Amino acid sequence: MSTYADRLRGNLRVFNEFVAGPGLWILITLLFTYAALFETQLFVIGLIVGSVLALGSIGLTLIYGVLRFGNFAHGDLMMMGAYVTFFLLNGTLLGQRRDTNIGVGLNDLPAGTERLGDLTFGYSFLIAVALSAVVLAVVCIGLDRLVYRPLRRRGSAIVTFAIASLGIAFSVRALLLIIWGPDPRTYVSGIHKAQHYPFDVVLKTDQVFIMVVAIVMAGLVYLLLFRTKLGKAMRAYSDNPDLALVSGINTDRVIFWTWVIGGSLMAIAGSLLALQANLKPELGFQLLLPLFAGAILGGLGKPQGALIGALVVGVAQEVSVAYISAGYKPAVAFLILILILLIRPRGLFGDAN
Amino acid sequence: MTDTKPVPVLEAKDIVAGYGEVDILHGVSVTVHSGEMVAIIGPNGAGKSTLLRTIFGLLDARGGQVRLKGEDITNRAPDQLVLCGLSYVPQVDNVFPSLTILENLEMGAFVRQDGLAERLDRVFSLFPDLTDRRGEKAGKLSGGQRQMLALGRALMLDPDVLLLDEPSASLSPKMVELIFDRINLINSEGTGILLVEQNANEALSACDRGYVLAMGENRLEGEAKSLLDNEEVGKLYLGT
Ligand SMILES: Nc1ncnc2c1ncn2[C@@H]1O[C@H](COP(=O)(O)OP(=O)(O)OP(=O)(O)O)[C@@H](O)[C@H]1O
Ligand SMILES: [Mg+2]
Repeated sequence: MSTYADRLRGNLRVFNEFVAGPGLWILITLLFTYAALFETQLFVIGLIVGSVLALGSIGLTLIYGVLRFGNFAHGDLMMMGAYVTFFLLNGTLLGQRRDTNIGVGLNDLPAGTERLGDLTFGYSFLIAVALSAVVLAVVCIGLDRLVYRPLRRRGSAIVTFAIASLGIAFSVRALLLIIWGPDPRTYVSGIHKAQHYPFDVVLKTDQVFIMVVAIVMAGLVYLLLFRTKLGKAMRAYSDNPDLALVSGINTDRVIFWTWVIGGSLMAIAGSLLALQANLKPELGFQLLLPLFAGAILGGLGKPQGALIGALVVGVAQEVSVAYISAGYKPAVAFLILILILLIRPRGLFGDAN
Repeated sequence: MTDTKPVPVLEAKDIVAGYGEVDILHGVSVTVHSGEMVAIIGPNGAGKSTLLRTIFGLLDARGGQVRLKGEDITNRAPDQLVLCGLSYVPQVDNVFPSLTILENLEMGAFVRQDGLAERLDRVFSLFPDLTDRRGEKAGKLSGGQRQMLALGRALMLDPDVLLLDEPSASLSPKMVELIFDRINLINSEGTGILLVEQNANEALSACDRGYVLAMGENRLEGEAKSLLDNEEVGKLYLGT
């Protein structure tokens, strides 16, 4: 009797381990293969959406790894980055119908808006994104000094940090609403011509650009974390903050650079997103769910995991459109989040315990 | 005045420290002379780890003074101390599990990168076990190998004094022997050692001098041999 029950329990454990380990990877491979073969167009779009999400998720996971809290302001700060880019390009402030314009913007640069090849934007956009990255890095460091560092000094609980970030999220969104109004914005108006690619894939060149930039940025983050002294110190701090201190690693510097990298990625991700979607203040909050789903799926604190996790979320969301209403996209991200929390809470790359 | 007297390289005097409102140490003093190996023994909760943490600037000293090579280093931050020639190996969680062995050692030299290659060579020759596994994650190492890596990380700046918190805790007898052999070797190459141990017998046999700490106060001190033979110590900690 008991031996039978034991055997059953043993089998169940083996099954659970399989589902949580190789099973999950097989599931992801199946999803990607199926999507690539039968929904090629949606699959490619999913990869593009996913690669933008990935830049957000990587930042989110880095901040979690070093500072140990989920940054609920991440999506809204991404939007702030996108709006800063918008402002730098056009100089536009305040509501749509009665825009106040400071009268200068990067678009006024000589030939600044002249389209680069098939892309819809000129070099002014590239400059604007780079500057926006600097602005967001400064904003993030400012927020750390103002909000998070005092909490750290006081030894506050993780929940306090998360709630504080939620407060920042609301404030940022309100600020965007006040400054740029509720109406949707675009960087460049007009029709974007699409190109035909093999396997009946139709893509705008902007979308190809988005994916290339996202992959390059992810690669740079990888090189930074695994090849530079600073990156190794960030990983060390994330592993064991006390031992990092004992080793003489300057923890203030680690935190500083984490915000610099996280903030820059926010601005780049937000601006890339706005390149193909209408810019709205509330977009940031909607981003939060897929961002967290990607980061948790990959394993919180693991940038390589966040990249894969976000791609999975992007592909799953887009491919779902072939079967259910596009309105369910957030539900897809939510489903992934719940599944991973049930099956393997530490995520694909997370360490045991 | 007498030139036969050895020079203290590390001197903690009348240290008062604690957590929150509570003082754990009520004026503890220890001294490590140049090239010496000194043990602190004492029962659970005596304040041994607290003393090391205070010396290393992880905990504020509320009273007393710490001197390294004559210089006042009381309450100096760890990133300063490692530059002054002090290193510390905590009792638990003393490696970075998701970093490779090589990266762990590199972190030990974070504040000073010159001569990195020679220092790495020295650590790898002290602990040949680590050499072939330098690309592996530290989280995969056995308890003994972790302890070797922890020692290696602390040696990366070639410290004058090494603070070790229970280097032999939860290791197999064979591994304890090996670790102590290595610590002795490090000491014989000129590094002063201040180590905390529950395993009083092992520690006193390996060290030159010893201190017995209880309830946050100095109880006894002297030559390690004489402490081993001391009846009180024997009764309290050696189980004889
Ligand atoms: N972080 C802390 N906060 C509050 N009290 C602490 C803290 N760490 C240690 N203590 C208390 O301080 C006292 C001394 O602890 P300490 O760790 O220094 O002892 P120890 O001699 O190292 O003991 P062990 O042999 O168990 O390692 C104990 O009563 C312990 O409960
Ligand atoms: Mg202790």
